Amino acid sequence: MTAIQISNVEKRYKSLQALGGVSLTIEEGEFFGLLGPNGAGKTTLISIIAGLIRPDAGKVSIHGHDVTGDFRAARKKLGVVPQELVFDPFFTVRETLRLQSGYFGLPNNDKWIDEVMENLDLTGKADVNMRALSGGMKRRVLVAQALVHKPPVIVLDEPTAGVDVELRQTLWKFISRLNREGHTVVLTTHYLEEAQAMCKRVAMLKTGKVVALDTMSALIRRISGSSLILHLKNGALPEDLRHLVTHPEEAALGKYSLRINEVSEVEPILARVRESGAAIDEMQLQNADLEDIFLQIMDKGAL
Amino acid sequence: MISTGFRTLVYKETLRFYKVATQTVAAPILTAMLYLLIFGHVLEGRVQVYPGVTYTAFLIPGLVMMSVLQNSFANSSSSLIQSKITGNLVFVLLTPLSHWEIFSAYVIAAMVRGIVVGAGVFIVTAWFANMSFVAPLWILVFALLGAAILGTMGLIAGIWAEKFDQLAAFQNFLIMPLTFLSGVFYSIHSLPPFWLTVSHLNPFFYMIDGFRHGFFGQSDVNPFISLGIVGAFLAVLSMLAIRLLSSGYRLRH
Repeated sequence: MTAIQISNVEKRYKSLQALGGVSLTIEEGEFFGLLGPNGAGKTTLISIIAGLIRPDAGKVSIHGHDVTGDFRAARKKLGVVPQELVFDPFFTVRETLRLQSGYFGLPNNDKWIDEVMENLDLTGKADVNMRALSGGMKRRVLVAQALVHKPPVIVLDEPTAGVDVELRQTLWKFISRLNREGHTVVLTTHYLEEAQAMCKRVAMLKTGKVVALDTMSALIRRISGSSLILHLKNGALPEDLRHLVTHPEEAALGKYSLRINEVSEVEPILARVRESGAAIDEMQLQNADLEDIFLQIMDKGAL
Repeated sequence: MISTGFRTLVYKETLRFYKVATQTVAAPILTAMLYLLIFGHVLEGRVQVYPGVTYTAFLIPGLVMMSVLQNSFANSSSSLIQSKITGNLVFVLLTPLSHWEIFSAYVIAAMVRGIVVGAGVFIVTAWFANMSFVAPLWILVFALLGAAILGTMGLIAGIWAEKFDQLAAFQNFLIMPLTFLSGVFYSIHSLPPFWLTVSHLNPFFYMIDGFRHGFFGQSDVNPFISLGIVGAFLAVLSMLAIRLLSSGYRLRH
């Protein structure tokens, strides 16, 4: 079943095209990453999914319920962790969670609320006023608020921006568990290693358009292969190998990163280098990671 | 059926003012008390509006109603603007609550605060005059309608305003003049003909006049006419508020 269906969504703020026809299908149970630089339209897209912003054109549905036409059913299925660190200063952590649960029609939900607090290390702060919490603790409460009604679809908009390692680990442990139990998770993050570790499939947005959409493994395989990094002394890289260099600016340091697709390409390259009279000082074989792909795509604009 | 979501929002909006009751309940009661002491002291024996009714006795229902109106307005408007500016309105906007539920929850909580403050004002001021209750049902009906109208106006103002000073402008240039020129402190029949006509265009006048009728059995206008006008005013405002909520005006961009 489709968890989130996004069809040709457009949004314009005066002269700025925030989203220019975005279409995505996210299946139930997926762990999906939405990546892109600042201003790419990630938060706008999430806000449209959440019903906080209305699209100029296009449709979004959650578990088949349109987010504007059938918003009540759609919102029951959705838990959103907003990017901004917002809180209501009138209430304690437990009051905040009970209220949020009540809005979703669940008045006696303490068992699950306790479990969520436990999993996010909030139990000790249950009766503390929101004002008195540190930024990291407030972030945990935001996550807890999004989960009080056990939504089948969880959307996290940069949940780990500016939080410590401990919270990141706590959070990912809990979110992974929920994903294993069948919840669909959509994540935006600036930490690409986080997306690489968590997400099975990613979409990359640039200036309001999807510029890449694939599984994480296919994306890594497809785009950049691996890098052979050579540090040379006595001489430079032969001219006929220069087209493989990915970071030409490093040549001044005697360092060359060469793009290769398979390990079998290494030997001929080394032979050619030796032939040219240069000596290899150091050698490294590095697999591509999401950051390489991200930078490549953002440079080129599209695949 | 009354939904849990709706009840929760009413509870939250009520709890919000209850937690700061010194500022939201005690302070306005003290203010009304000061009005009574000053105006009552200055005007007692010099002004008589209705035969057999002292000025202080005349003033008390006006002050009670003024407190009901101002505090109902303050509750919904300040809650909304604060939530908008701090961003925590998102917690309500993400829920499956319907437009009608959001509207009525904010208005009902505003009414609760208005009625609580109004009752408090009455309790502390009633000692200063012999109050009668000729038609208690009118008292109740106009108090509830007045509170609902100002709660709705507060909701509209809170949706419209994007900054605190815009809300203050709404309050100072609209709510305050309409309240003070509605006959809280005087009978509009003591006004020159031009201002008498103008006062009849002020819907707040009918709320206070009808409310006062419940105490003294005397009023400037027949209470049934006031009821019709006040009821129609509430209906129009409610439709406007629900329209704003369903269109997402300034809430869902």
